[in-house]
Amino acid sequence: MKELICIVCPKGCHLKVDEENGYSVTGNACPRGAEYGKKELTAPTRVITSTVKVRGAIYSRCPVKTAAPIPKGLIFAAMELLNDVELQAPVRVGDIVIEDICGTGIPFVAARDL
Amino acid sequence: MMNYDKHYEVVIVGGGPAGLAAAYSACRNGARKVLIIERDREVGGILNQCVHNGFGLHYFKEELTGPEYAGRFADMVKGTRADIMVDTMVLEITPEKIVKCASQQYGYQAIKADAIVLCMGCRERTRGAIEIPGDRSSGILTAGTAQRYVNIEGYMPGKKVVILGSGDIGLIMARRMTLEGAKVLAVVELCPYSNGLNRNIVQCLNDYNIPLYLSHTITNIIGKTRVEKVVISEVDGFTPIPGTEIEFECDTVLLSVGLIPENEISIRAGVDIDGRTRGAYVYENMQTSVEGIFASGNVVHVHDLVDFVTGESIRAGAAAAEYALGKRVGGRVINVVTKPGVNYTVPQKIRPDNIEKNVEIFFRTNKVRGNSVIRVKSDGNEIAKFKREHMAPGEMEKISIPKVLLDRCGDSLEISVEDAES
Ligand SMILES: Cc1cc2nc3c(=O)[nH]c(=O)nc-3n(C[C@H](O)[C@H](O)[C@H](O)COP(=O)(O)OP(=O)(O)OC[C@H]3O[C@@H](n4cnc5c(N)ncnc54)[C@H](O)[C@@H]3O)c2cc1C
Ligand code: SF4
Repeated sequence: MKELICIVCPKGCHLKVDEENGYSVTGNACPRGAEYGKKELTAPTRVITSTVKVRGAIYSRCPVKTAAPIPKGLIFAAMELLNDVELQAPVRVGDIVIEDICGTGIPFVAARDL
Repeated sequence: MMNYDKHYEVVIVGGGPAGLAAAYSACRNGARKVLIIERDREVGGILNQCVHNGFGLHYFKEELTGPEYAGRFADMVKGTRADIMVDTMVLEITPEKIVKCASQQYGYQAIKADAIVLCMGCRERTRGAIEIPGDRSSGILTAGTAQRYVNIEGYMPGKKVVILGSGDIGLIMARRMTLEGAKVLAVVELCPYSNGLNRNIVQCLNDYNIPLYLSHTITNIIGKTRVEKVVISEVDGFTPIPGTEIEFECDTVLLSVGLIPENEISIRAGVDIDGRTRGAYVYENMQTSVEGIFASGNVVHVHDLVDFVTGESIRAGAAAAEYALGKRVGGRVINVVTKPGVNYTVPQKIRPDNIEKNVEIFFRTNKVRGNSVIRVKSDGNEIAKFKREHMAPGEMEKISIPKVLLDRCGDSLEISVEDAES
């Protein structure tokens, strides 16, 4: 039995996950908690947010995020990819910044208009 | 009569998420001349620098970053008739609702408002405000300032970091600095518990193996020009315990030691301030003690979730529009009284005649609790109770009381929290 805090929403339910019984979850106030509990112990993922350089805009950084959660083990490799990016304004929210993060097929996208 | 340059039905001071939602709602509720005044170069407030995700789960039913949430609201406001004036600082509001402001482009202006919504947000407490001992070296800054440097301006404030305070901003910055290549040596918290959301402890500290020192504080900062070393000690209550010192070699100290509602302008306008929230006393519709002046968002009480800021501001904007169009609210006033276990409530005053179905009351409890009961009494008689499995000062609570119960209760509503009998 493993105890976790669900991070899917700010409520932060205290979960109990039974690894021996198909990762069944208790303590979750909604189904997303059950899904998280299982995934966190089998293949944990996170959405990563950061910023990249941008030219010709009111600010010098543009916020970006992974379009979907990526495997936890790839976080620093993903961050590395952003170091060489330089956008040119105008940028639109949702514009693709990096097409494929480390073979996951998941892109980094811009998180605002600039 | 005072002179003024322009007239608006509703003037909103501050264009953060509170101001944007208030403007949107004022327009939706019939106001035709609505103005947002924002001192920064764009609207969005503090959200523009909060590039992490976790905003909008309640309101948009999806997880957005701060800039995305702000952008959606800015677009919604642009679709209304509201005017937006950026790069303009409000200097004073008179009790007659003349809003005096200044900008580089237009100079000084006096704007007459029929109704005003105060949405100025918070500022961060600084080192001076909490009196940390030690050298006055460079490299000591608030977490919010560091957030602005990293996320908007593109500067890294340092490489080896100690963070004082485990509120959400401190936790978020611990992760952010780590991702950008800094080493965060410690997050130091005076209380025996973190004031941040549990999810942020997990995804900002535990994910990156950043140690959290509870019941500890910084007892010395050493460094001639730049910070070189920080000493932390365990505390017994608020008193450092000799012999428990731990030293960290670092070049940066980030302070995340609380927010203070920005109310200098409100006070000069005659608005009464509640010492517990450090924001205005408000009625159920977010009106302050001055008729026609409303307030919402962090300027009223510090919120952890922007969605609640939005909800509150939608009510404030609607009420301001109604006031500007001539509606007046009267009738009996019920005072909400804080009893043991409750640090403050918003609203502090409720007029049952102005409630349609139910009233939402926000509050914070005074300590971390397991199974608990929230009791609502009037003149000593219990009229409602609510159960919670977990409560903490870092998490704002919300209860909803139906109008039928308010109609039956006396002139005070007492709210308390106690441990549930197991
Ligand atoms: C540094 C910091 C980081 C935060 N991080 C998070 C987070 O990660 N997650 C989260 O949910 N919440 C966070 N918060 C809380 C967040 O502030 C609220 O959720 C929300 O942004 C409050 O909205 P608001 O509109 O009340 O205030 P703000 O967003 O602060 O907006 C207030 C606006 O009023 C303007 N203003 C103030 N005075 C004047 C004046 N005199 N004239 C003209 N304009 C004026 C300001 O420029 C600003 O744009 C953070 C707060 C701070 C201070
Ligand atoms: S289980 Fe559901 S309600 Fe509880 S924290 Fe997770 S997502 Fe939120």
